[in-house]
Amino acid sequence: MSINKNYKNWPDNKGYFGKFGGRYVAETLMPLILEVEKNYNKLKGNKSFIKEFNYYAENYIGRPSPLYFAERITKDLNGPKIYFKRDELNHTGAHKINNCLGQILLAKKMKKKRIIAETGAGQHGVAVATVCALFNLPCIVYMGEKDIERQSPNVFRMKLLGAEVRSVNSGSKSLKDAMNEALRDWVTNVKDTFYIIGTVAGPHPYPSMVRDFQSIIGKEVRKQILKAEKRLPDILIACIGGGSNALGLFYEFLNEKRIKMIAVEAAGYGINTNKHAASLSGGRAGILHGNKTYLLQSKSGQIKEAHSISAGLDYPGIGPEHSFLFENKRIKYVSATDKEALDAFKYCSKLEGIIPALEPSHALAYLIKIAPKLKKDKIVVMNMCGRGDKDIFTVAEKLNVKINE
Amino acid sequence: MNKRIRNKFLTKSKKLITFVTAGDPDINTSLKIMKNLPIYGSDIIELGMPFSDPMADGPTIQMSSQRAIKNNVDLNKIFYMAKQFRKNNKTTPIILMGYYNPIYNYGNKKFINKCAESGIDGLIIVDLQPEFDQELYNLSSKKNIEFIRLITPTTNNTRLNNILPKAGGFLYYVSITGITGQNSANLNTLKKSIKELKIRTKIPICVGFGIKSPKQAGLISKFVDGVIVGSSIVKIIEKNSSKKIIIKKINNFVNSLSKAINK
Repeated sequence: MSINKNYKNWPDNKGYFGKFGGRYVAETLMPLILEVEKNYNKLKGNKSFIKEFNYYAENYIGRPSPLYFAERITKDLNGPKIYFKRDELNHTGAHKINNCLGQILLAKKMKKKRIIAETGAGQHGVAVATVCALFNLPCIVYMGEKDIERQSPNVFRMKLLGAEVRSVNSGSKSLKDAMNEALRDWVTNVKDTFYIIGTVAGPHPYPSMVRDFQSIIGKEVRKQILKAEKRLPDILIACIGGGSNALGLFYEFLNEKRIKMIAVEAAGYGINTNKHAASLSGGRAGILHGNKTYLLQSKSGQIKEAHSISAGLDYPGIGPEHSFLFENKRIKYVSATDKEALDAFKYCSKLEGIIPALEPSHALAYLIKIAPKLKKDKIVVMNMCGRGDKDIFTVAEKLNVKINE
Repeated sequence: MNKRIRNKFLTKSKKLITFVTAGDPDINTSLKIMKNLPIYGSDIIELGMPFSDPMADGPTIQMSSQRAIKNNVDLNKIFYMAKQFRKNNKTTPIILMGYYNPIYNYGNKKFINKCAESGIDGLIIVDLQPEFDQELYNLSSKKNIEFIRLITPTTNNTRLNNILPKAGGFLYYVSITGITGQNSANLNTLKKSIKELKIRTKIPICVGFGIKSPKQAGLISKFVDGVIVGSSIVKIIEKNSSKKIIIKKINNFVNSLSKAINK
């Protein structure tokens, strides 16, 4: 297999996936990020590190998460067999904690005394605050002012867990600006601070490190689907903001060409409007937050504000490995609008008794569209990467329902 | 080596390097400020290329970038400003400072050609380190445009080995770990770091980040080749709405900095 066709050979030693990725940061951070890389490389094959990760994954997060046959939806759509990988059942309610566990163990090994993070929907922030409580490290979470408003339950959760939530009111007041502020904090407190990035983006080694920690999702799916169906699935589908839950599911199967993969970006009010968060469908290559990747940007290279009903997808960039897989056409990237996601949110709640987060509702929205056209003997696995409890206020508002707060 | 920068460092006097964001508060005022800087004692001009997400900058320069972006300042407008400036000034080096994304979008080759055409002498690209800049570096070398490198308190010997062979013009020593316009360095620690750096290189060393007053500039200039002041100048634009007052106050402030470092 040539290097170009073995999708698991990336990144190269400079952190590039083809032409994407790399390490575009200020000099102050360079020595520190090189340390993170060195330590991660040393630890990732280390038996006791893996053992420790697996211990907490099983006993604290509750892994493996079930692979559930969504019988009623399958019947209703009258198409392929649909399975949900239920990462929404993880402790803290999303896939985010898989990565946080890995990174906090690394931070401990590096003897860091202080943890910082950015968050959009708050799921990553809650997961970071949780592992910081578990391992007794002070935690500061940067969150856009706009997101603090629309994700108040998660803000309260983080505070209960002992984290300090710092409101970010620069720029678009959402995830991208929270990441800027976290980087500014890091550059100021380089000596003792570890930055837990929540998605497969950022300077090398973050994109591949986060992917590795999330790839437990796909590894479990392989075992579970072989047990349930005696064969591998035909289609994998996941939503995509930065892209960590999608890569977590896909990575294990990247070299198995027979398996189709679909990633669903957030189309907001529609790809043809200015209000969406679909970096691949509506952006072009550029450099932001330490990596070269597809970005929503103006003609002169200013980063645009993204829009999505889902705070977790409201980011104008995407992980560099996705940009690479997009240009190599290994994964099909499509999109779903706010409205389609809302409809899927309601649909799933009523049919399966599962209230999905608005993020995977995008994946489900696309699946609802294509499933009736697919053959019945096909098997689809969708990553149900988060639960919708955090979204009930946003959804209620959209549906003009008043909830007593 | 770039002639304008080399000539500046031929004399022993301490150099004052001043930063302003291009197009803040508007293109014309910004051009007037720029033209006045050398008259009031600035030896080298750092012209900021505004970016929506300036990760190494504090609130002052963030807001300044936002104002410039609102005025639709892009690289073409910056090249226009440089050309206008060069009509009457052939000796003061202009260094463009900013982040890589606008340049990458513009195209490396087109960018360097335009720099050469517009009388730009050097580049400081905050998020582009020597390991990742090969194409732009090769292009700029051919046109005698210097890559000014940032050295920080976290830069170790291994990194210096990567950075110094590709450093041109002068070294920009970042006095603190942090963002622009915030804390100031401890003078003794700074002195020690500069002394160690001088053993490694003959390139002139200038210090920036956290230098806010003529007094601080004066103290630091004693053991370096030059000082860089940015946020404190930009703050004058932030705090005043009258363009006349902005220009007058910046002139006076730059003049006081210049006097302080060559006392």
